[in-house]
Amino acid sequence: MGFQTIKFYQTGTYTVGNRLLLPDQRSVQAGESRSNSINSGHRACQGCGEALGARYAIDAAMAESDNRLIAVNATGCLEVFSTPYPESSWQVPWIHSVFGNAPAVATGIAAAMKVKGKKDVRVVAQGGDGGTTDIGFGCLSGMFERNDDVLYICYDNEAYMNTGVQRSSATPPAARTATTMPVGPEPGNPFGQGKNLPEIAMAHGIPYVATATVADLRDLEYKVKKAMKMHGARYIHLFVPCPLGWGTASSDTIRIARLAKESGLFPVFEAEHGEITGVLKIRRKVGVEEYLMPQKRFAHLFGSHSHPEMVIRIQEIADRNIRKYGLLDEEAA
Amino acid sequence: MLKQIEGSKAVAEAVSLCRPEVICAYPISPQTHIVEALGEMVKSGRLAPCEYINVESEFAAMSVSIGASAAGARAYTATASQGLLFMTEAVYNASGLGLPIVMTVANRAIGAPINIWNDHSDSLSQRDSGWMQLFAENNQEAVDLHIQAFRLAEELSMPIMVCMDGYILTHAFERVDIPVQEQVDAYLPSFEPRQVLDPSEPISIGAMVGPEAFMEVKYLAHAKQLQAIERIPQLASEFRNIFGRDSGGLVRTYRADDAETMVVAMGSVIGTIKDTVDEMRDEGHRIGVLTIVSYRPFPLEQVRGALLHCRRFLVLEKSLAVGMGGILATDVRMAVTGAGLKGYTAIAGLGGRPIFKSQLHQLFRQAEKDELPPVTFLDLDRDAVNRQLERERQTRRSGPVAENMLHDKGIVSAKFG
Amino acid sequence: MIKPYAITLKPGTSLSNLTGTWRTERPVYLDRLPPCNNACPAGENVQGWLYHAESGDYEQAWRVLVEENPFPAVMGRVCYHPCEGQCNRGKLDSPVGINSVERFLGDEAIRRGWKFSLPPDSSGKKVLVVGAGPSGLSAAYHLARMGHEVEIQEAGPMAGGMMRFGIPKYRLPRDVLDAEVQRIVDLGVRLRLNSRVDNIAQGMQNFDAAFLAVGAHIAKRAFIPAGDATHVVDAVSLLRSMEGEEKPMLGRRVVVYGGGNTAIDVARTARRLGATDAIIVYRRTREKMSAHDFEIEEALQEGVMIKWLSAIRQAGEGQLTVEKMVLDDKGMPVPTGEFETMEADSLVLALGQDVDLSLLEGVPDLEIKNGVVQVSASMMTGYPGLFAGGDMVPSERNVTVAVGHGKKAARHIDAYLRGTSYEPHSKHELADYEKLNTWYYSDADKTVRPMLDIIRRQTSFDEVQGGLDETTALFEARRCLSCGNCFECDNCYGVCPDNAVIKLGPGKRFKFNYDYCKGCGLCAAECPCGAIKMVPEEI
Repeated sequence: MGFQTIKFYQTGTYTVGNRLLLPDQRSVQAGESRSNSINSGHRACQGCGEALGARYAIDAAMAESDNRLIAVNATGCLEVFSTPYPESSWQVPWIHSVFGNAPAVATGIAAAMKVKGKKDVRVVAQGGDGGTTDIGFGCLSGMFERNDDVLYICYDNEAYMNTGVQRSSATPPAARTATTMPVGPEPGNPFGQGKNLPEIAMAHGIPYVATATVADLRDLEYKVKKAMKMHGARYIHLFVPCPLGWGTASSDTIRIARLAKESGLFPVFEAEHGEITGVLKIRRKVGVEEYLMPQKRFAHLFGSHSHPEMVIRIQEIADRNIRKYGLLDEEAA
Repeated sequence: MLKQIEGSKAVAEAVSLCRPEVICAYPISPQTHIVEALGEMVKSGRLAPCEYINVESEFAAMSVSIGASAAGARAYTATASQGLLFMTEAVYNASGLGLPIVMTVANRAIGAPINIWNDHSDSLSQRDSGWMQLFAENNQEAVDLHIQAFRLAEELSMPIMVCMDGYILTHAFERVDIPVQEQVDAYLPSFEPRQVLDPSEPISIGAMVGPEAFMEVKYLAHAKQLQAIERIPQLASEFRNIFGRDSGGLVRTYRADDAETMVVAMGSVIGTIKDTVDEMRDEGHRIGVLTIVSYRPFPLEQVRGALLHCRRFLVLEKSLAVGMGGILATDVRMAVTGAGLKGYTAIAGLGGRPIFKSQLHQLFRQAEKDELPPVTFLDLDRDAVNRQLERERQTRRSGPVAENMLHDKGIVSAKFG
Repeated sequence: MIKPYAITLKPGTSLSNLTGTWRTERPVYLDRLPPCNNACPAGENVQGWLYHAESGDYEQAWRVLVEENPFPAVMGRVCYHPCEGQCNRGKLDSPVGINSVERFLGDEAIRRGWKFSLPPDSSGKKVLVVGAGPSGLSAAYHLARMGHEVEIQEAGPMAGGMMRFGIPKYRLPRDVLDAEVQRIVDLGVRLRLNSRVDNIAQGMQNFDAAFLAVGAHIAKRAFIPAGDATHVVDAVSLLRSMEGEEKPMLGRRVVVYGGGNTAIDVARTARRLGATDAIIVYRRTREKMSAHDFEIEEALQEGVMIKWLSAIRQAGEGQLTVEKMVLDDKGMPVPTGEFETMEADSLVLALGQDVDLSLLEGVPDLEIKNGVVQVSASMMTGYPGLFAGGDMVPSERNVTVAVGHGKKAARHIDAYLRGTSYEPHSKHELADYEKLNTWYYSDADKTVRPMLDIIRRQTSFDEVQGGLDETTALFEARRCLSCGNCFECDNCYGVCPDNAVIKLGPGKRFKFNYDYCKGCGLCAAECPCGAIKMVPEEI
């Protein structure tokens, strides 16, 4: 980021590619020979944020590791849509064990690589928010605490989508899920619950923690590549909208992710050894309504039986994030 | 090399000789001394190259082993009781993925009530997990079975539990012949995985398999265990060639040649049974012993062959299928289906209840006379149980069972042995 | 490796699952019409040439530009650039300085001596062009490039028409004009100066077709009683005389009567000739003035004064009588009967121009209406083979429109000569602002903005102050949003969750792999420039 004084590039680094940039300044995704770590023919829904985010992230990790990469996958949408017998979408050595143990399986692989002297082979573990913040949390915390040489990527779509959109500890307040229905005096997911895994990861003091969204490829690639240059336990929390679970248009996946970040509801930052070292500023600030309204999971907040007080509380969360992480430039504010 | 050594330490030495590359450790009694000893070996550099990982749970222990094994490393861990249950999901997964992990199970009861002492409930709860289970009679056999287990597991690409009785073996100091490295190296080749996570030849391990192929996958696991029935005796024979002693195998008989009554059992209780049988033989009883070493795969043919000549058999097992009776007994009866033998089950030693020769003498004699009910609970305090049952009939809130029973017995704290 | 059955799979084998069958809508690439192109009277492919300028390939940019218009250096100075008025970037921050980049390219071409490519082969047909103004030169240029032999007959002593005789030097330096005219002549166009065509029917006898573009050089008159001593002159003559050796004498206080761009030019010229006061008198209000706003603004900055709602009734010695006017509900000026006088050393009448149509006498089947020749949609008069354009046909009168006429006529003449008809491409749908995803365009960063603004103010509009340098031209070109036209940003290629976009390589754009495209529409939503459209899948 930083200032451009005169080198102005039409779209700069906002687009996936830019023919005006030098080849080495371009994104991995812009390359004709990118890995396509998840191949065509996978069975993700139309406009799946997780499928896209996973390819973005794993392609970047493959590029950074010279394709010497092994991936571990928790049970979940990503696992199911990528490897239903007899076809696999993965073009990277990949293993799925069970729902809650991806970090530990990755630890085992990293240990095997170490004992066999294969220093060049790197290990990535990945899972959805349920596999990460809930059922896999113990293994994840153990992996962090031991500082095992694993990059863990959480694809956060804020609920258990594979099983039919049930609440997870990453489900935001007020959101409708199959287990937090929009009925009763406080419809949707209760306020005051949920865990902030990036901050919990930071509390482990691990070398690198970052958040990112599928709406900002260059930021994501930068973070994956940076994480891959480091050793020890690293954590990237990637925000990936789910058209099916959120009730959004399949073509809106990236826009919704962008609005999450621009509203302040999903702060995008990075931290080293528990200390925040960088924040992606809000570029075009929007109120939370602009983010919430296109999503059917928040439909009960608007319309005839609206809950403006809940929208206000959500806005307060965004405002708190903006203050806490310094998401607005002084000038822009 | 003969050593006076604790069972756990002996097993640690044996495991170390097998050159494991990744060891996962999580403390749970009574397996703890094994991984403690291995940890020290790795830390000191005596066991190298090896990664020793202090995991945060048994679930992680098995999961790390899965990762390590899938990445081509020889992986080992040990557990017991609650720990085995806590890792159950991963236990099934390891066998489903065909990963040749070797795990020591220091057999221990399962709570509640929490109990740290020996019985076979834990590993038998994993009967259908797809893992092979070999039971050691004594610490020498525990040592030897570990060496054979790595060979068998890796040949078939299936995981194995080596089961040894908690405390009775793990904490017992005995004379054990610890093999030398050359012997083990001659017996156990380096690990050549059937499949491996390797960036130069990517594969996807752990696919979701639907009805169209799931049966076949499961059958293949079954077929592997059937193959093991062939291989286990061969491996025991090769073992004898190198190490100079009989160890392992599927089953063993003792004084069975003309036995009319056969006692069937697994694990360390075989020692007490043999002593009892010796004494009864001295008195002229025609009684023998069948030791089951390989619980999974279960050697139906061999068990049948060992029992066909007798009139009756008694399965003495340290496990209980609640609501049904014996677990091991069910399998043994299956083996002799249609043979017209009388069969009895004795549930004994649950939660570490000592099994004395005197009790066995009485039990075996009753068996010989066909005076036993189908299922016997050895040394069960019927009075205590009946009083409690009566209390419960009378009062809904009849108070804590264990405390009531201790009160009945007139003691204030549990102390056995 | 013999892999375990079913549970272990070969990599990338999902290719056998053709997810394209899920689709209900399919994305298609299309080129939409950028508003700048749509607004250009000369039909320039503005977005097209900016595309090359963005990458610094100025020669290619220039070559794309001159496909439509051979006068970039002139255009970059005198065009009223309606393109910028329609530029979508205007809704984002401010329009791309298209005109200034055009000027940069034109000047760069002159500096580097870039030449037009010669026609591949000759058609053997001869075309007469009457008049070497913007329309005639444009037609000659295009016809020559199509392989026709072209002769221009120009009544005056120099080529350029109104570009030379109507536009002051401070707006269009003559060496720039000369260079761009010469480049057309270098194509093999025969330019005959001082060669008046008195009778077109005779004049075109040796030609297969003719294009008339004689312009409108006769000043319109208004009846203003004037004493002998009053110095009254018309704007056309005045501006024409600026090209001669002797500069006209207007005195210290000059009044210009009219409200068009010519009135402004005259007033500004008067200032440059030494008038202390240059006053435009106009019968209506500023809103009604036909002169362009920025020209009025620049004139005012230079000290020109404007007297609104005033009609000149009499010109006496050193003094004019002026009647105050009011506007009626239709915006037409109505006299009030209130009079005043104002001092003036000379009065210049800038009330519009008429066409000298005498050369058309005797040509059959022509239709003349409102003093101009009527032409068909193919720019042809009623007389077969005789085409006309520029100020002598019904249309807005400016250089860019005239250049556009020349191009359009050339295409129809070419078709006429080949015995076919020219069918213009159907216009693409408009790439309006709503079709864009502007998130992706770089902001003119806060550090950049003030710097750019200064450059743009000094260079984009104020011709007196010179053009952009390369850096600033590049910057300005890169502000283009490429509305409706793929600029290979790779967004579609990147955002497809199904890898169903195939990148064809630099300059070759992309194509969809419909075997796998699930029709989610992310590519269309995230295309910055609106070059992808979702269409219903056929059943």
